[in-house]
Order: sequence, then structure tokens, then C-alpha cells
Amino acid sequence: MTLHRLEIEARSGLGDPLAEATRRRLDTWLQLRPRALATRRVYHLELGLDADEAAQVLAALVDPVAEVGALGMLADPVHEGEPAWVLSIGSLPGVTDAVGSSVARAAADCVGRPLRGNVYTSTLYLFWGLEREAIERAAKQLLYNPLIQRMKLELAPRALDLSVPRAGSAAAPEVHIVPLRAADDAALETISRDGMLALSLTEMRAIQAHFAQLGRDPTDAELECLAQTWSEHCKHKIFASPIHYTDPSGVGRVLERGLFRGYVRAATETVAAQRLARSLDPAGENFLVSVFHDNAGVVRFTEADHLVYKVETHNSPSALDPYGGAMTGIVGVNRDSFGTGLGADLLTNVWGYCFGDPRGDHSELPAGLMHPRRIRDGVHLGVIDGGNQSGIPYSRGFELFDPRYTGKPLVYCGTVAAMPVAVPGPDGAARPTHEKPIAVGDNIVMVGGRIGKDGIHGATFSSVELDEQSPVQAVQIGDPITQKMMWDFLTEARDRGLFSGMTDNGAGGLSSSVGELAEATGGARIDLAAAPLKYPGLAPWEILISEAQERMTVAVPPSELEAFLELAQRREVEASVLGVFTDAGRFEVTYAGTSVCDLGLAFLHEGVPLPTLEARWSPPTPSVASPAAARAQLEALDSAGLGAAILDLVARPNLAANDDRARHYDHEVKGLSVIKPLLGIRGDVPATATVMRVRHGRDEGVVLGEGIHPWYADIDTDAMARACVDEGVRRVLCAGARPDRIAALDNFCWPDPIRSAKTPDGEHKLAQLVRCCEGLHDACVAYGVPLISGKDSMKNDAFLGGVKISIPPTLLVSVIGQTTDVAQSLSLEPRGSDDRVYLLGPTALELDGSEYARACADRGAPLAATDVPRTDLERCWARYQAFVEQRDAGRVRSAHVCGRGGLALALVHMLLAGERSLELSLDALVDAQQLPLAAALLSESTGRIVFTSAAAHAPALEQALGPHGLVALGQLSSAGPPALRIQHGGGGSALELSLASLRARFEEGLHGI
Amino acid sequence: MASNPASLLAELAPDLDPAAVAQLRVLVPTGYGLNCEAETAAAFELLGARVEQLHVAELLADPNRLRGCAILAFIGGFSFGDHVASGRVLANRLRFQLGDALARHVADGGLAIGMCNGFQVMVKLGLLPGPLVSADPADRLAPQRASVVGNDRHGYRDAWVRMRCDPASACVWTRGLDLIESPSRHGEGKLVFADNEIRAQLEAEHRFPVRYVDAAGEPTEAWPANPSGSAGGVAGLCDRSGRVFGLMPHPEAFLYAENHPRWVARDDAAATQARHGLGLRVFANGLRAALVSPD
Repeated sequence: MTLHRLEIEARSGLGDPLAEATRRRLDTWLQLRPRALATRRVYHLELGLDADEAAQVLAALVDPVAEVGALGMLADPVHEGEPAWVLSIGSLPGVTDAVGSSVARAAADCVGRPLRGNVYTSTLYLFWGLEREAIERAAKQLLYNPLIQRMKLELAPRALDLSVPRAGSAAAPEVHIVPLRAADDAALETISRDGMLALSLTEMRAIQAHFAQLGRDPTDAELECLAQTWSEHCKHKIFASPIHYTDPSGVGRVLERGLFRGYVRAATETVAAQRLARSLDPAGENFLVSVFHDNAGVVRFTEADHLVYKVETHNSPSALDPYGGAMTGIVGVNRDSFGTGLGADLLTNVWGYCFGDPRGDHSELPAGLMHPRRIRDGVHLGVIDGGNQSGIPYSRGFELFDPRYTGKPLVYCGTVAAMPVAVPGPDGAARPTHEKPIAVGDNIVMVGGRIGKDGIHGATFSSVELDEQSPVQAVQIGDPITQKMMWDFLTEARDRGLFSGMTDNGAGGLSSSVGELAEATGGARIDLAAAPLKYPGLAPWEILISEAQERMTVAVPPSELEAFLELAQRREVEASVLGVFTDAGRFEVTYAGTSVCDLGLAFLHEGVPLPTLEARWSPPTPSVASPAAARAQLEALDSAGLGAAILDLVARPNLAANDDRARHYDHEVKGLSVIKPLLGIRGDVPATATVMRVRHGRDEGVVLGEGIHPWYADIDTDAMARACVDEGVRRVLCAGARPDRIAALDNFCWPDPIRSAKTPDGEHKLAQLVRCCEGLHDACVAYGVPLISGKDSMKNDAFLGGVKISIPPTLLVSVIGQTTDVAQSLSLEPRGSDDRVYLLGPTALELDGSEYARACADRGAPLAATDVPRTDLERCWARYQAFVEQRDAGRVRSAHVCGRGGLALALVHMLLAGERSLELSLDALVDAQQLPLAAALLSESTGRIVFTSAAAHAPALEQALGPHGLVALGQLSSAGPPALRIQHGGGGSALELSLASLRARFEEGLHGI
Repeated sequence: MASNPASLLAELAPDLDPAAVAQLRVLVPTGYGLNCEAETAAAFELLGARVEQLHVAELLADPNRLRGCAILAFIGGFSFGDHVASGRVLANRLRFQLGDALARHVADGGLAIGMCNGFQVMVKLGLLPGPLVSADPADRLAPQRASVVGNDRHGYRDAWVRMRCDPASACVWTRGLDLIESPSRHGEGKLVFADNEIRAQLEAEHRFPVRYVDAAGEPTEAWPANPSGSAGGVAGLCDRSGRVFGLMPHPEAFLYAENHPRWVARDDAAATQARHGLGLRVFANGLRAALVSPD
């Protein structure tokens, strides 16, 4: 097939923003300053074009006003007598090249005939004024990732380079038998490890026994299919297994039902029973519509729509390829929410990341780990591109930093969708959208992208620690446009009743998606030879478990198949009939007549052995509280010292402004935003919670918040869990959510909690998980908040060069609330010229795990231990109900939570947002709680809300909230330059922090990183 | 709230007859990675017009579906991922397969508006600035004379901007409007021209109906008030007739008062609280122009 090379660059004088952005990164990150830098886009067209056609395609691709292009090569100019170094960066074979696909489409449009073949894209960087070594360093540390890309560096003049990363092989699609029955334990373990199966010896023995009973050995595909289905990622074994638990008091007991059934689902069941007992929902209109069994949780919203929510993590792939791994995280969770029931309309995304410290040179990092700032950069860009290009606005977003996330970053991505309560069935009659009425005989149709070797072993890979052997193919790269076109098509098909069920192809690929849907009818049969491939040479087992992106598996009744396929063709979406749903009780897979896999569904889904796990509370160094010492340290801070501490806090990466990043995320598309993620006069303050409309022309809205406190886990995971639920709920209540329509999602990210040679402290980590689940359960029950969906990622350790880096146990609780009228929403920004400022809820000496305690430790002057914030759930909930009454009576004009950084940070946010002075006296607070002033400002006690109220409402409000720990702090003021002014000691002492100084520190924290 | 078209129309465009507006057909082509169909459709629907969302593929298969449409709206999004360059692949596809029908729609006095990616497509199609002298008698699209290139500051950014309307412009979409506030959400929004003569002609003909302005209300080239660095603060273009208009920001994302980032503060300051967003006025203008025959 003919091959043409196209080079395109900006017309001279028009600027080259990519070169400019690269120049800036080279300067600030690597202190490299080339004299000149230019970029070009290169396309290799292997499409069978003739020379005239190639010229036509070039003319169609090059902007006649803004660009110049050439077939072959553009000239490489000489700068001040110096030739250019030309760095070429392209993809490795088989890596998704979405731009290449669009260029191929454009070429076909241009020549007016369908084209076969591929387009390969690459980028040229032309450098002048840098030595080869410097450019190689720039490539290695900034511009290129050897896991997915290839590079070439040469000094001009260059030779024409027509090499392309063609993928595929002539290997015949063979099925191998694995001699499992004859294997001893050592051999079983070798088979699991070498095959990247992540199956334990117990599991391998169970498989061996199963096949011994069948009288045959398994195929490679059967073993792979079991490994995917039984992976920690898919089967959540740690949450499903019984646990022998020894609690902090040394008392042992067995948690027979396991953590998921015993705590997570139990909380939801209890909440559902409470709702029933209290008749909270009209008959037939339960708040909980569909929980735990589908891709995402579904709750009731209006008579027309339900709400769907799911939050995922994509940690391991993001460690290897931050951009691609993180993009796959967002487009993957989009598919989860989209593929719930018969399909939901994607509404808004959320993101949240935990990274290593992005500052410093990190030259001590073990080989194989990227600098945290590079991971951060790539993760942001991947999620930005994935969400923006899909046309889904972002609502929430947060970043946290701790050295323990240097080994594996945590990348949370979530998606809310609106699901029409009913959609038409094939007969035109309405049917409930949250169900999947799949019938025996329905076709199994794969829709969307093609299958390649990308993402093979993703599910099992995420179930082991990151090490030097981590597979390159485990990284998939998303193609949001292919996916968007697929959604548009499937939404049309849904609204015409053309299918009876669908699910996404994520972890485990077809083996999981078909395997799961097969449970609806009790069987499935597919032929892998019918699956479209990106390139030849895939073995059947690879086709079965590939996690290549942008694919949904859809159940299409025979009566609708023709219409379904015809619509797919019109929308340029590939749809392939792979097989049929059966009731044979088996998952049967063939490749052109050869049996590839034939597994009983019962064994596939229920056969995994779940031995009892061992959990023992045994903290390595139990912390000893010495509150008196801490008090003394805090008392020693005078006004100047306290002011400096607050200014320092505001610039810490965990609390500093990140609007510079966050504004690269679209948060307005769809035109439904109400309380945006960034607010205030300068739009740089993170919102307490976000609010958006759900449908045009209607006033109901969805309210989103979250809680995440990994540092509390260092003291007690029960306190962490309570704090997370409490903060998430408090956030949405501040913004205006109804208290009776709140739901939550749990995301557990844990270091490996199973004791082994590499993890001698596994029993304690599992005990931490048990206590976390207890806290989560208790908080959800106390607040009446059901858990509607969740995810666990249990192996967040990196083992590289003899160094083990494990994350702190991290629970994210994402909260989804509802409002009937978005126009009643509140933000944290104070209003009015003399509104009163109040703090609701008691403050205690709870600084363990606080941002201030970390700041002290970073300065080498650690704060003595006090306690971690405890949460008195019953009192908090009573307080919130009282608060909501006042809020709904119109007596609250702005509201914010005290969270990380305590009351001090909340007040700083209010000042930054409204640029109005806060004139406060903390004497009442200090006296009431018997606290040092510094503790009143910096303690992170949960359950607290700072709010403002019009002076006229003060008497009624104070009477109503007095019994709930209300403290009047002061009032807003327009006098003088805006500042936070705090009197204490009967006016004897004052602390004043000007808006200008606070904003400078707030903006400086992450600037240029 | 603004769910009642008649009352919204009465508030925003009391001169328009709701029954006549209800007869107007607005065509919103969708698909291929475009994604602002919901808010663009809502912009016209909230005012009572009839909106037909149609996949571009269906329009290409049957260009006659353009007939009888009063307004053609090119929506925002990432058509074909904005791979190659923003709007390029979709503009080519439209030019190759729908060029004549589009030129005819405009020559017949049909209205068109494009936001963001839609604007980029219109520019790359030659619909904007359109014929420089007079319409091609053969109803062909004009060649591309302008382009929209990468912002001086690399990468996509989302922030609200303020634009001032040129009262001397023939643009029917901005008529009577002074300031328009909208979110700006793009990475490629800087307008450039094939040569300075074209730019000067467009300037002289008041074909830049909207310009980014700073806090003092003056046109600006300074970031962030001007997100792209577009010369003269130019944020959009219209054709000779003023009936074809495109701009980089998104007035269709300002349909409700609560879309505005300062809505609470504004509510507090205002005596009466309009519940609609001011972006709707642009679309009301389009409907008004559709009810009046072109000169």
C-alpha cells in the first residue's frame, strides 16, 4: 500500500502555542532554554492514495490561511547559522491514534471513496541552541513516554523518514491447552505469575479441581477468563470474604458476611428500611431505584428522570502513562453511567487526584517512577481531554498531595447521568429504563471501537502491586470522539427501543461484559472470529479479555437487529454480532468453529474460593496523645505567629488555588451550571458544593460534594470514614440540598491488606479497613444516607528497586444531593454589607492529621498529638436538620464547611470570594470550648458550618440554633481595605490578614508547577 | 422560571408574535463529536421556536432537509475531536457534500449562527466572513479567507468573558445589544486573516459585531479578558448581510440567570430579578430577523 508523509506547521508570524507552552515547561521544570523552538504535525498516510490524491488530501488538511504544509518534508531552517535538532515523537505500534483515525476519515471525504489502511501521527520538535544531551533529557523527562511512544533525534538536514509503527502479526489464532491437572503447587503458582493471572494458590487449586472433575485441562482462554472474572478488581474478594477480626481492644470475632454485605450493603438496607418505616417515599416511588447490581447506582429524582452516579479509580494505568491512563479513567466511568439500565444521559463529571509532592527534584525516586509533577500534568490533561471532548461538564475537582502517593497516584473520576424514568420498548409502549429486559435469543452485539492488544490484563494488573514487570499493554488510551459517536448512536437506538440491555467493556473486556450480561438469561454463546480487530495476530484469549476502549456490549432482540445495524452504519459506528444469549447455563466461546472457552456460569461467577482473612488491629507505633503539650505549643503562638501560620497554610499545595488547572476543565457545556466549581469575584475559590440543573426548562438540580481525609487514617480509619461522610453531606446541605434525598458513593483505595512476605503489616491494614467500614456504616445509617455504588482498589503499592511505597488508606465519599429549585442555592460567598457571621457546631482540640499538624511536621517542629476529629453522628445530624430549617426559612445567606485547614481556611475562602472584610471576635468561641485561639482556628473538628445571616434574622436564628452549638463570630464590613480581622482576649489582641497578602499566598502555592 | 415561552418572549421580545415564532423552524445539525445541541436547542425552544435536531449524516444524505429552515445553528463541541485543527474535518465534509445547499440557504436570506466549534466550522467553510463583494451567482461557498487558530496561551480554558457589540454592525443577531457576557471555552479562538486588506475591509464594514472588552469596557487584546489574543479583541464575525453570524464564546450557555457566575450577587443588587439569562437575547434577535424579510 502506498505511503505518504505530510508535514504541517503554522505560517510564519502566526505563533506556535504548543512550542511556546513547551518552552515554558522546559524552562520552569528543567531549566532548559533553547534559543528557538518550533513544532510540526506529521501524518503518515498508508491509505493506498496515488500522488494526486495525496496532494488533494494535503490541501484539504492544511489551513490555507494559517498553515503551510508539504508532502514529504518542510525545509528545516537554519537559525543564526545553526541547524535544527529535530526530535520526532510518535506512537508505538498498536497504541490508539485517534488523530490518525480522523485524518483517515478526512482523507476519504476528500477523495470521495472509502479508504482502507491507517494514518500514523507524530509530532516534530525543532530545537536550536540546545545540545543533544539536553534535548534527550527534555525528551525523557517531559516530551516522551517510552511505554507508549517512540522517539528519534537527528540533526538537520534529515533524510525522509517513512517508517510507521505498523501493528499486528501473521500469527495464527491458536487455542492452547494449559496442563493444569498435572501441575503441583509450585507449577500452579508459576502459571499464575507468568501468565499475569493474579490468581492465588487457593484459587488455582479450585480451578484445577474443577477441571479435574470435568476430566480435561482448561484452555488458555478459560484460565484467562476465570482470572479476569475472579480478579480482585472484578470480584472484590477482600470485601466479599469472611474476616477474623481482632479489634483495638484485643477482642476477636468473625465477620461472616464480609465487609460488603456486613457494612456497605447493610447500611443501605438499613436506610431503606428506615425510609419505609418513616414513610419517607410515596408508594411505588422508592428513593432507591437500582443499587449495587448494575454499573452505577440509580436514585429517584423527578417524575421524568432518575439520577445515576458512579465514581471510579484508575490508579495503576495512570502511574505508567498518566495521560492515557487518566483519560481512560474518565471515558471508562462515562461508559459505566451511560451503560446503566437501558442507558442514561451523561450529565456531569467529577475528578479528584492524590499525588506525590509536585515540588522538588525527586532525584531519589526509584527507576520506573515518574516525577509527581509529570504525573500530575499528564493526569490533568488526560481527564481534561476525555471529558471536554465528550461534551460533559465537570463539577467537583480536588487535588491532594502526600509523598506516599508517589508510588501510585490515585485518580478518581466520576459521572452523574440523568436517566429517563421510561423509554419506549420495541412496541412503542413505555418501559422502565433502569432494567435490562434481556431475553434468550437476543443477539450479542459489540458496538464502538475495535479490539487490539491494548489493555490486556488491566483487571489483573490492578490487582497486584506496581513493579518493573508491569505490562505495557495494561495501558489503554481512550478515544473520546469514537466514544461520543457511539453514545449518540446508542441514545438514538435506546429512544427507538432497539435493544434490551447493554454494559460497557471495561475491565476484563468481553469476558466480563458478556459474562455479566449472560447472568440475565443464564448463558451466552459468542464467536470471536466475528469481532473486528485493529490489526491481525491476536490470539482468541487476547480478543476475549482485551480492554480496548470505546466498546459497549449490547443485547439486541432479533426483531430489532436489522434496524439497529442499519442505524449504526448511518452513524459510522461499527456494530458486530458476536453471538446470542442462551439459557444453557454456560459461557461458550468459539473462534470460527474451534472451542475457545466453555465454562459453567455457576463456577465462573460463584466458584471463587473465599477463605477467611485475618485482620488484627496492631498499629506499628500507637500514637500517644499529649493534649497538654499541644495546648502549650498552640498557646505559644502570638498573633503574628498565628497570622504567619495561616498565610503558610494557604500556600500549601493541599489548600492553594488550583484554578489555573481547574479552568482547563469545561464546567459550562450543556448550559446547566448554577453553583460552579470555582466561584467568588475572581473565580478562584473552590465551591463548597456544586449545583446544576438537570434538564433545560426545569428548576430541579443536582448538588455534589465529597469528603476525603486520608491523614485521619493514620490515627483511626473509623474517624476517617465518619469525617468523610460528614463532610460530603455537610457540603451539599450548605449548598441547598434536601436532607431527605441524599445518597453517597464509597471509593476505597488501600495498600495491600493481605499479610505476606512483602506486606508483613497486612493484618493491621485489613483491620484498618474493617474499622473504616464500621465508621462508614454508622455514619450512613445515622444520616440516613444510602450507599448506592462503590469501588475498591486494594493494591496501591509500588515495589521498585527494593523500595516499597504504599499509599495511606484512603476513603473517598462522594455525595449526591437534590434541590427542587436551583434558584434557592447558596454558596460560600458572603452577601450584604453587614451580615452576621456564625459558626455552628463545637470545636475540639482535634489537630491530629490536620493540615496545620503537617505544616508543623514539615517545618521540623511537630505538634504534639491531640486527637483526630471524632464525629458525634447523632448530634451532627440533629444540628444539620436544625440548620436546614433555618436555611429553608431564608435565614441563611451563605454557608461553608470547616474542613481541611479548619475554621481559618473557611474564613479565608469567604474573604477571597467576596472581597469583603470579616470583623470577628473569637472570644466566645475560645471561652466556650476552652481552647487556645490557634486551636479554634486550625482544629479540623467535623460537624461545623460557617454561615452568614442578615442582621434582621439574627434573633430567630440564634434562638433556633443556640442548642446546636451556635457561636456568633462577628460580621461583614465594608470599611477599610478587605481583610480578615480577628479580635480576641477581650479586644486586647488582634490578628489582621489582608486580602492582598492572603491572595498572593493562595495563588503562589502551586504557581508554575 | 423560564419554562413558559410566551412569557419569556413577552419579556425579551414583546414585539414578536408567539404564533409566528412557533412557525419558525430552526435546524440544529448534531453528531460527530459536536456536543452543544441541548443548550442550543433550548435557547430557541425556550422562546417558542420549533427546533429540529438532525444528525449531520442525515443532512448530507438529503440536503433538501435544509429547505424551509429559517435558522441554521452550527453548534459547539469537538467535531471529529478537533483533530488536525478545530472544525477542519467537519468543514471539509460539509464543503464537499453540502456546500451548494449551504450557499443557497444564505443567498436566499436564511439565517445562520455558530458558536465556538460551530463558528470555527463556518470560518473554515467560507461561510464567514462570506463573499467579500457580492454573493457568488453560482451559489458557491466563498473560499476560506480567515481562520481561527490556537490561543496565544496554549490549551483549552473555561472562563466567562464580556463582549461589546458594535452598534454600527449590520449583524441582526447583536442588534440593540450592548454587552454580552458568556463563557468562553476553547483552545483555538484567535482570528487571523489571509491578508491585511481583508481585515481592513471587514473592519470598515463593521463585520466584527462583538469584541472582548476589559473591565473598563474597552476592546482588549490582554488575557484573560481576551482569552485568545485575537487582534482588536475580535470575538466573532458576520457576513455582508448581517444574517450570518458566528462567535467563539457561548451565549447559548447563558439561558438562565443562574448561569451567570455572579448571579447571587446580582440578584442581591437588583430590584427585580430576571430569571432568564441575557444570552437568550441573541437568539431572540435571530428569531426577530427571521420574521422580517431581508432587505
